[in-house]
Amino acid sequence: MSHFTPWSALLGGILIGLASGLLLLSSGQIAGISGILAGALTRPARAATWRWAFLAGMLLAGFALARLWPARFSLQGLPSAGGAALAGLLVGVGTRLGSGCTSGHGVCGIARRSPRSLVATLTFMLTGAVTVFLLKHWFGAGT
Amino acid sequence: MRRDILAFVSGALFTLGLTVAGMTEPRKVQGFLDFAGAWDPSLAFVMLGAVAVYALSYQLSLRRDAPWHCGEFSLPSQRRIDARLVAGAAVFGVGWGLAGLCPGPAWSALGTGNATIVLFVAALLAGMLLVRAAETVATGSARRAPPAGGAARDG
Repeated sequence: MSHFTPWSALLGGILIGLASGLLLLSSGQIAGISGILAGALTRPARAATWRWAFLAGMLLAGFALARLWPARFSLQGLPSAGGAALAGLLVGVGTRLGSGCTSGHGVCGIARRSPRSLVATLTFMLTGAVTVFLLKHWFGAGT
Repeated sequence: MRRDILAFVSGALFTLGLTVAGMTEPRKVQGFLDFAGAWDPSLAFVMLGAVAVYALSYQLSLRRDAPWHCGEFSLPSQRRIDARLVAGAAVFGVGWGLAGLCPGPAWSALGTGNATIVLFVAALLAGMLLVRAAETVATGSARRAPPAGGAARDG
């Protein structure tokens, strides 16, 4: 059960937009986290330094915020180890086949009015919703 | 150097945004995806704020020949909607719904040191490498090498 929090959601979204805009204007790159992770993994180190810098910034902020604001890092709803491993694998495979995730398609792509990103975003929201429906209302998990 | 410093700052700001927005809470994400239950539309507001601000910075970028600290803008140019895009997005959505985490919040939540998060991220990276390996095999005999970084041209 989660509560509707429009103001913090909007403010968080604005910060995400600013962060992504900063990366675009400074590095000319799309702030798509799955793409940045994949690039950091597979590109030669010299071509990947901005990626590692971006990922390090995320890690450091995550480390600090998890301590300053633990309620926001409540992991309720996260499945057990087996479920988490399966989910992670699906996210890894899916974001590479689909060339992006919530950030690259859902934010950057939609803001650039990319038809590919619009289709991708509608698709992952649909299958995400079906998955949650099946989990909660069919198998009765997390109720 | 300056480029990497700004990339670091935008990474940190990105995670701050995810945290403020509530994207780091699986329960919150699943609440957004739970249309049949007590639907929590908050994440639509996250998207609204992020898309509005990013659209502005995109307009700014269109007026420039190059970014501040780099030779050129590197933006996706592919426009074709194909089966690979839709199938990939569909698979990603299932994982997103299962865990309530997408890549950004998962990477940020590594800072909690939680073992399940570490496992999720490890599996995510393994999935990426799996696709990469399959691409290498599939294109191994083909004349044209896969585009650098696979088809990762949207995000």
